[in-house]
Amino acid sequence: MAYRFGRWLADRWILVIGLLVLAYLFLPIVMVVALSFNKPSGRLSYDLNKFTLDNWLHPCAAGDMCTAVGRSLRIGLVATVIATVLGTLMAFALVRHRFRGRAATNLLIFLPMATPEVVMGSSLLALFVAGQVPLGFWTIVIAHVMFCVSFVVVTVKARLAGLDPRLEEAAMDLYASEWQTFRRVTLPLVLPGIVAAALLSFSLSFDDFIITNFNSGSTVTFPMYVWGAAQRGIPPQVNVIGTAMFAVSFLIVVGGQVTAWRQRRRLL
Amino acid sequence: MDERTRTAGDLHLANVTKRFGTITAVDDLTLTVPQGSFFALLGASGCGKTTTLRMVAGLEEPTSGQVLLGGRDISRERPYRRPVNTVFQSYALFPHLDVFENVAFGLRRRGAKNVAAQVRDLLALVQLAGYERRRPAELSGGQQQRVALARALINHPQVLLLDEPLGALDLKLRRQMQIELKRIQTEVGVTFLHVTHDQEEAMWMADTVAVMNAGRIEQLGAPEDIYEFPASPFVANFLGQSNLFAAEVSGRSGEDLLLSAHGSRFAAPAGRARSADGQVWLGVRPEKVQLAPTEQGAPPGHNAVNGVLTDICYAGVSTEYLVKTPWGQEMSVFSANAAAGGLLQPGTEVVAHWFPTHSFVLRRSPDEGEPTPVYAADPLGVAP
Amino acid sequence: MSALGHVGTAVEPGAAPPPSTEPVAGARRRRLLPYLLLLPGGAWLTLFFAVPALQLFATSLYDPSGSLAEGYAMTWRLANYADAVAAYWPHFFRSFLYSGIATAACLLLGYPLAYAIAQKAGRWKNLLLVAVIAPFFTSFLVRTLAWKTILSDNGWLVGVLRDLHILAPGGRLLATPFAVVAGLTYNFLPFMVLPLYASLEKLDGRLLEAANDLYANPVRTFARVTLPLSMPGVVAGTLLTFIPAAGDYINAELLGTPNQYMIGNVIDSAFLVRLDYPQAAALSFLLMAAILAMVFVYVRRAGTEEVL
Repeated sequence: MAYRFGRWLADRWILVIGLLVLAYLFLPIVMVVALSFNKPSGRLSYDLNKFTLDNWLHPCAAGDMCTAVGRSLRIGLVATVIATVLGTLMAFALVRHRFRGRAATNLLIFLPMATPEVVMGSSLLALFVAGQVPLGFWTIVIAHVMFCVSFVVVTVKARLAGLDPRLEEAAMDLYASEWQTFRRVTLPLVLPGIVAAALLSFSLSFDDFIITNFNSGSTVTFPMYVWGAAQRGIPPQVNVIGTAMFAVSFLIVVGGQVTAWRQRRRLL
Repeated sequence: MDERTRTAGDLHLANVTKRFGTITAVDDLTLTVPQGSFFALLGASGCGKTTTLRMVAGLEEPTSGQVLLGGRDISRERPYRRPVNTVFQSYALFPHLDVFENVAFGLRRRGAKNVAAQVRDLLALVQLAGYERRRPAELSGGQQQRVALARALINHPQVLLLDEPLGALDLKLRRQMQIELKRIQTEVGVTFLHVTHDQEEAMWMADTVAVMNAGRIEQLGAPEDIYEFPASPFVANFLGQSNLFAAEVSGRSGEDLLLSAHGSRFAAPAGRARSADGQVWLGVRPEKVQLAPTEQGAPPGHNAVNGVLTDICYAGVSTEYLVKTPWGQEMSVFSANAAAGGLLQPGTEVVAHWFPTHSFVLRRSPDEGEPTPVYAADPLGVAP
Repeated sequence: MSALGHVGTAVEPGAAPPPSTEPVAGARRRRLLPYLLLLPGGAWLTLFFAVPALQLFATSLYDPSGSLAEGYAMTWRLANYADAVAAYWPHFFRSFLYSGIATAACLLLGYPLAYAIAQKAGRWKNLLLVAVIAPFFTSFLVRTLAWKTILSDNGWLVGVLRDLHILAPGGRLLATPFAVVAGLTYNFLPFMVLPLYASLEKLDGRLLEAANDLYANPVRTFARVTLPLSMPGVVAGTLLTFIPAAGDYINAELLGTPNQYMIGNVIDSAFLVRLDYPQAAALSFLLMAAILAMVFVYVRRAGTEEVL
């Protein structure tokens, strides 16, 4: 009896540790949700005080927070569209074509992912200053596209590389021209990768602070608002936004998983 | 689209060569596939048969040479301009479309009318009526294969290309599909160009078989012709099995060639010899050889080889005997188990004999010794 | 994020079979096509990443006595670098120390989690992966601030630790190096778990069975089979964690005091507060150079160049 329990434990101790680590990952999220229902005792207090629904009922009561959120959303949308288009084109070139300068291109794509954000943000700022470009919405978008493109390329490339080239050959064998093949076979099959890349891009953009901070001038995005508020006193509504972000992302991802699961069930 | 409704014709490859860098995959290949025939390209992996097929489809372009269909040069045309369709080895069904849309794909690209009726007819032909709305992932291997076939046939191609389509199926299903394909081809009358490494499959299904080796065609002809009278040791060993003895032509006697090998004398019809003098291979198919106990001796006029029975492989329908000759070569003898019982025992001294007319004679180059036997008789090297 | 594990493994068009030679008509257009596809993205990256980086390098050599208003004189002043190191070497040291500890902690915590998901999770795999990246669903800053509450002096955790005498009475967790490192570990843990998972997922369970069959106990199996085969994931995860952590300054700012400031904080203030651009640029490049050097040595030692 003890032996069997011992075996059961030995098989599963890794799982137990893993779940503990997972709990550690979720601890702050739980705290964020808790804080969103919190009525702080003072402006600079971070302690849990009293339960309240006020924050959820008046999410925009805190200063310019909602403006900042709206701005972050707009920036995210624009940067995502641009980065996804640019990155997808590059991914196609890398996977489907031969050309000289492949190594240099790969380097150019990889370096932004490996460079510390301080360096990227500061160098871009220096460029804008030298070019006397006014800092604001568009400089932020430019910066975001810059660091998102690499992630889009990698994501789409992975999906594209897994695509059986025989499918495109079959399409051409069946009287589809190159363009028709792309439209009717390649694109539908790569689309999940492009969508994933876009979602990744949006979340990177929305959540970015360091690079944005360098290149925003006086424009305020949501992360910058939080940063500034950290000095002045965090309004609890910030945690409302944090919780809302979590809920939305969670629903999207879980929704995607459920759709895939239901598709698989059809096959049984 | 007039190119595709032109009167059908023969498929002709003229001196087609394909090089990939330093590798020559197809070497100066010339062949004609008669319209309406079932033609098999047979060879081992890497012999160039798939490359040849892809050049006909337009998925590869010949380095030199021409591909002609009904007299028209299609060598440089894009695949979607050729009246040729392919059934791919992995089927290549579009995973995001259902069976109906897969089959209808070619029709839709050409703007055909009356798509639904044509799709229904084709699915009935391949016995998949009612499967229109299924997805490829929901189908079994055999079903996917039939969808791939329907998808290609529905376009009434002048040539249908099949790239080892039955490779992924289990034995029983493969047999069924071989019969199916033959039936459909006869019914529809389209030229089939079938690429395979399975020599039994090629001989079963095809009107004409071309055996390919290292980018070249070694022999081309009807299955029974190339089987009974191979053109080279490669064909003799690739198509079925052969016993090949190193021999020399020692003379003629009327219609027959006289040969001497390993101190014994043999005869073979001159009409079944690829070379009439010098060094040759004397060949005989294992199923043509009979065994008799040495005391009994061989019937007069037969070619005969003495030996010792070393192994017996009983396979139900037939038994394969391995006979070790005095000069150390292993002969293979197939014997149908027409009567129950009566298997010879290993160690028996026997004489293997056959009608001289069953012999065939092949050219032998000076550096060729005895070909390695089909079975590695002693893989661990423990035999004495 | 696991897509990062696939960088560089794209199937070359020349894999099997080799690509077709193009027909003459439209050949030139087809040859140009890849360059046209690369042009927009490549131009963007060149203009907004490569050029600024070069520009930054040039700035690091300016005469620091200039200013934005008066302009800078380019004097190839390599001494800027020496000055920067002399002034801020404690911050460099602290940055690499903190991020090094955080990376090690991430490895210790992340490996069991990745292993559990890859080998032991069965049909819960996808759900657990979602759980791993769930922290990304909420803002980096917001969840770092949540740690301020968790580690707060009046909070539950500090109270328990004081009661257990692990912490001195009146001892703090916030505003200590511990808090900063803990924050770094937390924020970059998913970056370690995902590449590790990608690597461990490819591990064939039958290899472990074979090892057991050949008389290896669990410890030896891990050391001789599992760990070496997961090295690409370990290397990728370590790099993806260490590199951003070394340049981070948010954790130090929010969870620490100026005594814990990392080099990132210094660069930030140099650029935005003190407006000393040559020094800021020199510091940035020193950071990059140091990271690249360490990465190079590390990858060499780990023996895996397939990371990329």
